[in-house]
Order: sequence, then C-alpha cells, then structure tokens
Amino acid sequence: MGDATQAVKGRPPQDSGPQIGAFERFVQLTELDTRMLAMVGALVVIWIVFTALTDGIFLTPRNLYNLTVQSTVVGIMATGMVLVIVARHIDLSVGSILGFSGMVLAVFQVEILPLGVWWNWPLTVVMALAVGAAIGAWQGYWIAYRGVPAFVVTLAGLLIFRGCAWIVTEGRTVAPMDPTFQVFGGGIQGSIGAVWSWVTGVLAIAFVVFNAFTSRAKRHRYGFPVKPMWAELGIILVATAIIVGFVMVMNAYTLPRSDIPRGIPVPVLILMIVVVFMMFISRATKFGRYVFAMGGNPEAAELSGIDVRKTTLMVFVLMGVLCAIGAVITTARLNAGANSMGLLAELSVIAAAVIGGTSLAGGVGTVAGAILGAVVMQSLENGMVLLGVSSAMRQVIIGLVLIAAVWFDTAYNRHRR
Amino acid sequence: MSTAPLVEMRDIHKRFGGVHAVRGVSVDLHPGEVVGVLGHNGAGKSVLMKILSGAIAPDAGEIRINGEKVEIESPRDAQRHGIETIYQTLALADNLDAPGNLFLGRELLTRWGTLDDDAMENETRKVVRRLNPNFTNIKGAVRNMSGGQRQSVAIARAIYFNARILIMDEPTAALGPHETRMVGELVKQLKAEGIGIFLISHDIHDVFDLADRVSVLKNGNLVGTRRTTEVTKDQVLAMIILGKLPEDSAGEEMPGFH
Repeated sequence: MGDATQAVKGRPPQDSGPQIGAFERFVQLTELDTRMLAMVGALVVIWIVFTALTDGIFLTPRNLYNLTVQSTVVGIMATGMVLVIVARHIDLSVGSILGFSGMVLAVFQVEILPLGVWWNWPLTVVMALAVGAAIGAWQGYWIAYRGVPAFVVTLAGLLIFRGCAWIVTEGRTVAPMDPTFQVFGGGIQGSIGAVWSWVTGVLAIAFVVFNAFTSRAKRHRYGFPVKPMWAELGIILVATAIIVGFVMVMNAYTLPRSDIPRGIPVPVLILMIVVVFMMFISRATKFGRYVFAMGGNPEAAELSGIDVRKTTLMVFVLMGVLCAIGAVITTARLNAGANSMGLLAELSVIAAAVIGGTSLAGGVGTVAGAILGAVVMQSLENGMVLLGVSSAMRQVIIGLVLIAAVWFDTAYNRHRR
Repeated sequence: MSTAPLVEMRDIHKRFGGVHAVRGVSVDLHPGEVVGVLGHNGAGKSVLMKILSGAIAPDAGEIRINGEKVEIESPRDAQRHGIETIYQTLALADNLDAPGNLFLGRELLTRWGTLDDDAMENETRKVVRRLNPNFTNIKGAVRNMSGGQRQSVAIARAIYFNARILIMDEPTAALGPHETRMVGELVKQLKAEGIGIFLISHDIHDVFDLADRVSVLKNGNLVGTRRTTEVTKDQVLAMIILGKLPEDSAGEEMPGFH
C-alpha cells in the first residue's frame, strides 16, 4: 500500500500510476471485466441513492421482489437483442411481436379452446412460441435472403404485428386467463416457496463451483496459466453471497396476511433459465461464435465458409421466440390479453442491451450485461415511481441516462485503445 | 503417365456488370512451386484468385485440381480441395481472439458438440509458436494486435489445415522488413513441403526472388507466363506496364513444366 500513502502526501498526479497498475493487475488476475464492474458499481450507486431518498422503502423485500419481476420481460428480450445487435442488425418489432403472440395466446386460451381442460394452457403457450418463431423467420427471411435492411423490415414489423394484434379481437381485451397459467406472472401463487428457492440457490452455487473447477482443471491439463486460487475462491464466494442474499430477500417477502415466504417468482426462474441458455448459446456453440464473427467482420465470416444468411435467420427466430416467452409472462401477469401489451417495449429492450455494453457497431455485447442493463433501467423506473416522479419526467430522465450510458461506453473504449 | 498440375485454371471469364474483369485467363501451378501473379491494381489478379478460393463464382471456364475438373462454388468447397487463402485484408474478425479466428468455420468441438475453446487455444499456441515465437498473448481480441501478429494469425489459419494450395494476396503489403523476411522464409519452407503457392502482388520486387514462374495480367487479359530464371525484372516490368512480351523468349504458354 506504499503507493496509496505516496498519493496522500500530495505528489503530482502522475505518481498515482502504480496505483492504477495495481488495480489492473488485480483485474487481470481475477479475469474480471472492468466494464461490467463499472456497471455493477453504477447499479449499487443507484440503489443507495434511491434507498436514501425513499427512507429505505426501495430496499424492502417487497420492492425488490417487484423490481425483479418487473425486470424479467425486458431482460428476457434483451438477451436476444444482444445477439441481434452483435450481428449488426436491429429489431424494432419486439414489442409488437410480444403483443401479437400474447393476443393469440389469450384468445385461444379464453375463447377458442375448451376451458378447464389440462392441455389448454400448455397448448396455447406452444402456440405463442410458434407464432414468435414464425414471425422471426419471416423477418429473418427478408433480412437475410432478400437483403432488406433489418431496420426497415422490423420497422414494418412493428406496424404489421401491432395491427395483427388488434385484428385478432378487434381491440377487445381478453380475460381471465387459466388459473394455473397465472403462475407464470409471478403473482400471489406465482412463486416457488422457501424450500424450492433454497434448492434452486444451492443448485446455482453447485453449478458455479463445478464450472470454476472443471475449467480450471482443463486449463491445468493443457498447461495454460490459471488465475490464482485466492481469486478463484474469492469469485466463488462473491457469487455464493449474491445467490444466498437473493434467495433470502425473495423468501423475506411473504404472502398477504401470513408469514409464508413467497420465494423466487416463477418469471424470474424463467429468466434464469433463459439467461443460462443464452449464455450457453453465445459462448459455447458454433452458432454463437458465428454471430460474433459476423458482427466483427461480415466479409471474413463469409470467406470462412460460414452460412451468414442462415445464421442471420436463426438470430431473428430466436428473438421471436424470446418475445413470445415475454408474452407468456405478460399475459399471465396482466391476467389478460390486451392490446397495449409490449407497447414501446422495443425501446426498453434496446436500451437495456445498449446500457449493458452492447455496441451498436456490432460484434460486442454480453448476455450478462444486458440483464444488468435491464435491472438498471427497471431500478430507475421503479425508484422514480416510489418517489412520485411523473411518467413524463421518468421518460425524460431515462432518455438522458441512455445518452450518458452510450457516451460513457464510447469514452471508455477510446481510453482503452 | 504425365503428372497433371496441382491446379489448372482454364479460360476463366468474369464480368461485373459492364466490366469484363477477367477475360479468358489460364494459369497453372505445380506441387512445390511458387507462381507469382502480377499486375496493376484492377488487372484482374485478385478476382482470378478469389474465383479459385470460392469467394467469387466465374462466368465461364474450368478449374482442375490434380487433373480432375472441380466445381468451386463457396469457400467451403475450396477448403475441401485443400485451397487456403490469405487475403490482403487478412479477413479476420477483429472482435474474436486468435484461436477464434484460426478455427472460424471449422471449430473444434467437445464430445457434447460445444466449442472446445481450450483445445483450440492449445492448437493455436502450437502453430503460432512455429511462425512467430515471440507471439504468446493470443487470447486478446485481434483488433489490439500488431500488424505482424495479425498476419501470423491469418497465415496460421491457412497452414493449420494442411493446405495443398496456398493463395497469398499481397502477403507483405502491411509488414515491416523483419516480418517480410519471415514471410519469405515461410514461403520457402512451405514450398519445400510440396505445397503449391500463388503469390499475388502488384510489386514485382515482392515476388520475383521467391517465385519459380510469374503470370502477368493486364486489363483482365493474361499477358504471359515466364520462368523467373529466363527473364529479367525489367522484362517482367515491361509485361506489367506495357503488356508486352519479351521478344527473345518463346515462353512456355501452358505446356509442361520440367
């Protein structure tokens, strides 16, 4: 800590060099992503400020439970938007896809299929997912095989599928949904209870530990450098603390007029599954590698023999399916199919991805970052609602935050070069 | 039985709209031979080579490999025939690391069908060590690497998969003298291993000493092919600039080499 004491003595600023060096060495040893750390830092600051301004209401289990449930739909869609943007495209139609596939789901569940049969809601969920996939394939076809820019195709999609959603019921709201189906919304019955929450938490911790040590063993076998044991254990410890803390908070929020803990909400469970799946896709499969290669250098991807068009089509199919998953959660939460579902969602989703470090120039972005971006956005929204900020003012502030986030990203990248 | 050339491109044509970029060009290449493909910018040399590497489809003409007629419709097809290309732009995905680029499109997989990043890193280290012993930090994005390192990645990608035919498009254009020498050594080494190499360049000095023969293109036409032992640099220069064949040499238009 000799460097720190020197800095305190009022030496010229360039003497703080070694201090930064020490931090960089730490980051290198632990293989942490500095950008990600900065975002976590920003999130912590936001939470502290809102907690102070709301006299602690922000950090109550009840509010944190609501915050996580509110973040799920945008979070799920943002994981797909990361891949879309990484591949140098954009999808402006995600809100409309959500709306249309949600309306199809609701109409079939409530008005067309027989009520009360066990296969009603599973079938409608499958139908919604199929609608999402089909819309994704339709848009992907125009983009990949007909060369129409994604901006145009999905802008058209925004209009087309919003219109389709209205046409399904001539604008009527369809309700109520199947009681079992409502579990997906994370309402009163929509969480898994204390015991299963702990089971999930323990499984998650086991997964983290298993992953860390298998990859370490593998690198050892090849004789590659591995990070020091203290760093490995430290990261496992932090991850464990976050998981345990999360389960405790979710269990601390009880069902109304009782002491029964709610536990992890079902939509959050779905989000967790989606995140693990999307991380796997983007990091461990050929498909994910190709998406990033296309974003980094489309010509190189083509010359490497990658089927760029098929990969592009698949990205949009994936995006469509994720929108449909968002539709399942939204209809279950609303307990209805309504025309306003997913309105302006494309903006929150794109903003979450961008705040999470996805570069609009393509080639750069992470699923974890997008989730963090979604939580940052929802924290701002939620905190301002608690403070009684008007919806108009909230829009202004979130818009400004978006600019600030991208500006920070640009400045950060320039600094690194 | 006479040995057929490793590669024969016969009477290749390519038009882009109204531009006749390649007009009935024929070139060939034998195992362990280096053929320089020379010409000004726009002479058609890069287009000709992109036809061989599967990046561009020809309008007419045929390609034979070891005497057998083949259809090369995509980079995949070319790779299947043992043709590897080092593009002038290097064709690297800047956001991926060296192993990601080396195995792009041909990833090593674990038994579960997922990417085997550690195995790819291991193989990359081996092949890169051979090319450039000082280049050890292969895990960062190639965007942050020096010109020589990026070139090493592109070359490693071409030689790792046991190429029989190598196309190098202006391989030393972006390199310093030391790295240029390194590429020259590599060409000699690959040649000794029996690999046939097309060296594309607009600068005769880059290729004259390395090449066994030179094929000169001008305005999409083949001016002629000459053995480097039988012509001077000035004569080749006249071919490039004026499209004029040296008067005293009969040349060997296509018939046998040796």
